[in-house]
Amino acid sequence: MTPALLETRGFSHRFGTLLAVDDVTMHVEPGEVVGLLGANGAGKTTLIRALLGLVGSPDGQVRLLGGPPSRQARMRVGYVPQGMGLYDDLTVAENLEFTARAYRARVPQLPPDLAEHSGTLVGSLALGSQRRLAFVCALLHDPEVLVLDEPTSGVDPLARARLWDTVRERAEAGVGVLITTHYMQEAQQCDRLLLMAGGRLVGSGSEEDVVGGTTAVEVRTERWADAFAALEPTGAAVTLSGRSVRVADGDEATLRAVLAQAGVPAELVSVPATIEERMAVLAKDAVR
Amino acid sequence: MTWGLTGVTVRFGVTNALVDTTLTVEPGQVIGIVGGDGAGKTTLLRALVGEVVPRSGSVHAPAPHRIGYLPASSGSWAELSVRENLEFVGRSFGLSTSQVAARADELLARAGLDSARDRLARQLSGGMRRKLGFCMATVAEPDLLVLDEPSTGVDPVSRVELWRLVSLAAAGGAGVVMSTTYLDEAERCGHLMVLDEGHVLLSAPPEEALASLVGTVVTTTDPVHPERAWRRGRTHHEWWPPGERPVGSTITPDLEDVVIAASLARRAGVAA
Repeated sequence: MTPALLETRGFSHRFGTLLAVDDVTMHVEPGEVVGLLGANGAGKTTLIRALLGLVGSPDGQVRLLGGPPSRQARMRVGYVPQGMGLYDDLTVAENLEFTARAYRARVPQLPPDLAEHSGTLVGSLALGSQRRLAFVCALLHDPEVLVLDEPTSGVDPLARARLWDTVRERAEAGVGVLITTHYMQEAQQCDRLLLMAGGRLVGSGSEEDVVGGTTAVEVRTERWADAFAALEPTGAAVTLSGRSVRVADGDEATLRAVLAQAGVPAELVSVPATIEERMAVLAKDAVR
Repeated sequence: MTWGLTGVTVRFGVTNALVDTTLTVEPGQVIGIVGGDGAGKTTLLRALVGEVVPRSGSVHAPAPHRIGYLPASSGSWAELSVRENLEFVGRSFGLSTSQVAARADELLARAGLDSARDRLARQLSGGMRRKLGFCMATVAEPDLLVLDEPSTGVDPVSRVELWRLVSLAAAGGAGVVMSTTYLDEAERCGHLMVLDEGHVLLSAPPEEALASLVGTVVTTTDPVHPERAWRRGRTHHEWWPPGERPVGSTITPDLEDVVIAASLARRAGVAA
């Protein structure tokens, strides 16, 4: 059996007294796109840093390309950090050349719209173009693993679709992809999801598996503003959704009573929670 | 009273930042402006708050002291504390010391920033800083609230809280216009406007936007025109303009499909 490209078994990591990652076992196989979800502080970044060998003496087993995450193994990884990892004071062409040299790879052809800006300083490039360049840089040495930390934030839907074309093409060629995101739309592009909260892996599988049958309550009423005003002081996670009100963590009977008390006629419907609502509720529970 | 833009065009040099854009904002309404970098979102918002003067068209907005604006940059002063930031803005809006104090207490409690009131803005996390910016924009209970990507770089938990604050302002009667790069977020707005290279691709309530597709979207394993196709997980979706016979099985498109198809249609010169 070929080993997983990325793998942890019982991995934990502490910063002082804070347990940032708590007993996480996960893997990414060749050809699959795995989405890593979680709120800030859930432990995503620590997990990624450990997989890349950037966390000293990890507790538990961490393997990159079948071995310890050494410098040699890292040469076979393409990584786009959240901040994109480009040099603002270098031009597009210089960034590309620098990255190619660092990986001892050939300097690739830029796509036409980026080539137009090859003499432009990266710092003065539009955010969407910077993201595309970061992708080109991360892919130029034909990595076997791609690690992408919120790669499409700030990009319009068509450009985002093009970035996903690239990711899926690489996966079809056998590359394993680990991608962090906060957004449902991106989660839907993944083959499999991992959900972290409070340092632990709390769900994995499809979108339905991860939401785990959690429901939210949708309050349908003509008088949404009154419904909102009545429910908001209860401390529940109440939000507006179009012309109805959604409550992520409310109990239906209580909500019904509050609305009746306020004299707001409403229909209450139990609906599947969004991944975002699930994460918000998990984070609230982690604090308790 | 309604606010908005009528036939507004904004040019920077030779670039059309925004072309012939009309938008109506009702009290209590939340409008989502969607688009990527350079689509014209910020230009639209700045025209609405009077920071950019249109080349043509007209802007209807309340008096400046009745507008709350959260710019895309942090919107707070890094070296002032959370409380000082709020007090400073409140006073500049003409609130009295006691009014500012009462309003600051209320906003900080609602935003979950109570325990951070004496922290400097630069010591806050990204999510907390956006929430502070939001509080500052709403300190004087504006009639029109304009938010430039309030949730970009904000984690999902803070995002749910921000959305609760936005809902609260709308429930209190403010007209809210906010920009975002994500459709999941815009789908929750009462009205949605999609911009692409300064042009309005779509402007409708989310449920009507779905019906605005020109042409057909199919699912296929092997797209005929790769430039008109995009991935969805392991399959491809492909857009076919009207008048061509689609190859593949026709699907009911979601909002993401509709927006991508509209972007392709605009580039291909097919009128919506």
